[in-house]
Amino acid sequence: MKPGPELPAVNRVTRHAVLGDLEPLREVTIWFEDRAVKAREGEPILSALIASGVGILRYTKNGSPRRMFCGIGRCTDCVMSVDGVPGVRTCVTAVRDGMRVERQEGVGRWAGEDGRDGA
Amino acid sequence: MERDTRPAVVVGAGPAGLCAAIELKRAGAPVLLMDENAKPGGQLFKQIHKFFGSQEHRAGVRGIEIGKDLLRESLDLGIDVRLDTEVVGLDPNLKVWAVEGRRRSYTLDASRVILATGATENAVPFPGWTLPGVMTAGCAQTLINVHRVLPGKRILMVGSGNVGVIVAYQLIQAGAEVAAVIEAAPALGGYGVHTAKVRRAGVPMLVRTTIVRAEGNEGVERAVISEVDGKFKPLAGTERTLDVDTICLAVGLTPSIELASLAGCRTFFVPELGGHMPLHDEFMRSSVPAVYVVGDIAGVEEASTAMEEGRLAGIHAAFSMGYLDSGEMERRTADTRRRLRALRQGVFGAKRFTAKERILAEKEKECP
Ligand code: FES
Repeated sequence: MKPGPELPAVNRVTRHAVLGDLEPLREVTIWFEDRAVKAREGEPILSALIASGVGILRYTKNGSPRRMFCGIGRCTDCVMSVDGVPGVRTCVTAVRDGMRVERQEGVGRWAGEDGRDGA
Repeated sequence: MERDTRPAVVVGAGPAGLCAAIELKRAGAPVLLMDENAKPGGQLFKQIHKFFGSQEHRAGVRGIEIGKDLLRESLDLGIDVRLDTEVVGLDPNLKVWAVEGRRRSYTLDASRVILATGATENAVPFPGWTLPGVMTAGCAQTLINVHRVLPGKRILMVGSGNVGVIVAYQLIQAGAEVAAVIEAAPALGGYGVHTAKVRRAGVPMLVRTTIVRAEGNEGVERAVISEVDGKFKPLAGTERTLDVDTICLAVGLTPSIELASLAGCRTFFVPELGGHMPLHDEFMRSSVPAVYVVGDIAGVEEASTAMEEGRLAGIHAAFSMGYLDSGEMERRTADTRRRLRALRQGVFGAKRFTAKERILAEKEKECP
């Protein structure tokens, strides 16, 4: 599969009256399905995806979309498949260069599982 | 008195837990501070507004600055801070079960446990509330102030307590537009200073108004709101549609009492402080004497009160472990208590003070 174009960061708060200008940090690249997303080193996967305008992070087993709810690891709304491991809370998991992040359906499946849900 | 050499374990490195650990360490007691997150500070680092209180409560200083100072102090003292460490179990004999990095599991015997586990934001279900774009106010606040990401462009804030109005204002500071702040009660809930700022920014503040439903396909596109009667029932014919892409919920917090319950701490229902919470005495001791509860778990208040409660428990725990004599303990806690008392004055503070007094009285009655 040919990778799609990089998703630009469209939702960054670059200037701020109290916090000042966004200080430059080392950038890392993660993959949201086939799209490259630039992330700030150390930030959670969630914030990199939201910064790049990703609207849906997963689907329930009935196909209902989810994004995020609590932002601090309490609710599991934001879980995705990360490097083949499903159910990872993206709001409390930091980005790593080259990380592969994919939307999951229901409880998702482990990499290598032959199409059957774990449940 | 023989000194107890087993460590005091503080669970949660927010404002309350950090202060508890600092007081223990200052007194020379062995202490471990554990937090499930990768960074300490709890929710302090998203508080970019100035705090209230008097000079000695560091009024006028922003939460993030207070957080940085506490971190520096705990580093200078050399406190053993274990991050990425989730305490998943605690029994009444103070065996602590911790999981580090979601990989390594271990147990240890604590001499005292100080629970500073905080609170969780409440949800309110309505048709469409699972749509992407509906989130807690704290979620939006974390994104804009800690991660510098805007979760949406046009926002409806549900709830006008301090969290609702402060986050509404901070969303504007981050570049979003706030379509309205709605409040089901007949009056706005937040401090006047915060509320006035939002109003000055031109945001409609609608009382006796509730959210009826969120609409949209793949995410929030509209919010339908309506006026309510005295029993919070929507009034027919008053529905209005707002074009928003984000709905933030600021409808209160509930103490996170799971570990306290595991340890067998008796709980008590105090609706004005967030629901069920462990009973505690004037030194923040729960019904299990070696387990202390501090900060939002002991009744949802503010970071400033949480810090003082943490200090109170830390000092008392160090005393009970044999690291402070009773005179020194009395002297140090007297200061803390005086500051706490001062923080619980005024219209809002007095209500919290009365609620706290009820907890102490119940503790006295139930487990003297
Ligand atoms: S948004 Fe709630 S766990 Fe991530």
